[in-house]
Amino acid sequence: MPHLAVSDVRAKYGALEVLKGISFEIQKGEIAALVGPSGSGKSTVLRALMGLTPITGGAVEIAGEAMNYSSAREVRAARDRMAIVFQQYNLFQNMTVMQNLTLAPLKIKKWDKAEVTSEARRLLGLVGLSDKADAYSDQLSGGQQQRVALARALALKPQILLLDEVTSALDPELVNEVLDAIRKLADEGMTMVIVSHEMAFVREVADKVVFMDNGQIIEAGTPAAIFDEPKTDRARDFFSKILRH
Amino acid sequence: MERILEQAPRFFSGPNLQLLLEAAGLTLAMTLVGCMIGFGLAFVLVYLRQTPGLWALPLRWICILYVEVFRRIPFIVVIYLVLFFIQAVTPDASLFTIAVIAICLYAVAYTADIIRGGLESVPKTQVEAAQAMNLSRLQTNLRIVLPQAWPVIIPPAIAFAVSFIKDTALVSQVGVFELTFRGKELNNQGYSGILVFGTIAFCYFLLSFPLSMLGQYLEKRLATPRGERRSRKIRRA
Ligand SMILES: Nc1ncnc2c1ncn2[C@@H]1O[C@H](COP(=O)(O)OP(=O)(O)OP(=O)(O)O)[C@@H](O)[C@H]1O
Ligand SMILES: [Mg+2]
Repeated sequence: MPHLAVSDVRAKYGALEVLKGISFEIQKGEIAALVGPSGSGKSTVLRALMGLTPITGGAVEIAGEAMNYSSAREVRAARDRMAIVFQQYNLFQNMTVMQNLTLAPLKIKKWDKAEVTSEARRLLGLVGLSDKADAYSDQLSGGQQQRVALARALALKPQILLLDEVTSALDPELVNEVLDAIRKLADEGMTMVIVSHEMAFVREVADKVVFMDNGQIIEAGTPAAIFDEPKTDRARDFFSKILRH
Repeated sequence: MERILEQAPRFFSGPNLQLLLEAAGLTLAMTLVGCMIGFGLAFVLVYLRQTPGLWALPLRWICILYVEVFRRIPFIVVIYLVLFFIQAVTPDASLFTIAVIAICLYAVAYTADIIRGGLESVPKTQVEAAQAMNLSRLQTNLRIVLPQAWPVIIPPAIAFAVSFIKDTALVSQVGVFELTFRGKELNNQGYSGILVFGTIAFCYFLLSFPLSMLGQYLEKRLATPRGERRSRKIRRA
């Protein structure tokens, strides 16, 4: 049974159909990477999974359980199982790092305070920011904010973690900090859907690469199959441009 | 001029000063109480106005209508409306209560837009991050949006209250013993109009100036980034 099964998912912004039937599945502990040109709908896939962009068709299953996004309660159920890290971090500006990490576990999940706090400290250690617990986000560098956002998502103990271009807003020197943190997660067996432009990184960590264009999946397969022997012209064209750099 | 000089000692006598002081207190009290309650209610109004969903359409309409209507009515008309309405319901309501209610109704309409602008100034991405964690709309507003909106809301809200201190002079029309009312009274007792209303003018200045200063102080303080503000506090401690 796949841990996450997305089948024929569609989404619209107004009249514009931005997802035209997206289907892919991943097993527990696997990492799927969504790649493709700008505007192809990669972020929208993650947003649709989180119920931030309404799904207009198709089905989503998590660990065999059907997620139905048709009511507020169902959307909450889906959000309860997943966590997203946004491209622009979106840390709560009015809160310290620690408050960012503990807000939802305490107020929404209603977990024990002592456990939540110690888990938050462990996660900050994992991303190498133990000394920043009391900092506000405007006191942190981009890479640090990104790693806090990652820790915040992990504090929710999600069954599936969604990462949207977590390195694209960073200076090159900071990229490795964040990628290292994600590598550690991969080693721990976290199921993830990542959107990334870092093809070398994708090749290293992803179990499955999904190449999207114009709201559709053009090709999907193992990194080796997609990067080295793309079957479609569009994928070949895209990767030849990206990989050359 | 001679008349003013001659009247001055008598005018600035104990009873008159006490009268003016009380009147100034009344002016300040009804403005602040009315604006505070109005400010609080304006939050409720804005929150209701942002209720999503088709079923809430009439609710949103009522909220919009309230703001649009009250912003188009002269304050004096609101005062008379409240006066006659309240007197019809409870004939023994005090004039002060009536004044406060009128101020409150008016303040709701004016501060609602200030509050809405403040809430909307917080990036949508902050709200989405909260939604993705399953925070409810109320939780998102109270814990994420509002704390970030204060710097945008507070300065114009205080500016509104400050300018409203002088507009409350209009309630003297219905006989509330506030500053302007007492001024007219003293003038009728034969004191020079220049002397009386010069003093009254000075009183209004004294009432609103400290509030303006407070507003400016808060504006500056709220404009400094959170991290700096915090470390400054620590350094001071
Ligand atoms: N809020 C919105 N309103 C209307 N259209 C939108 C909105 N957000 C995205 N779109 C459109 O949806 C399409 C897919 O956008 P999406 O953000 O999913 O692309 P992407 O693959 O993540 O691109 P990028 O690599 O640039 O982040 C684009 O055509 C975009 O213009
Ligand atoms: Mg994107």
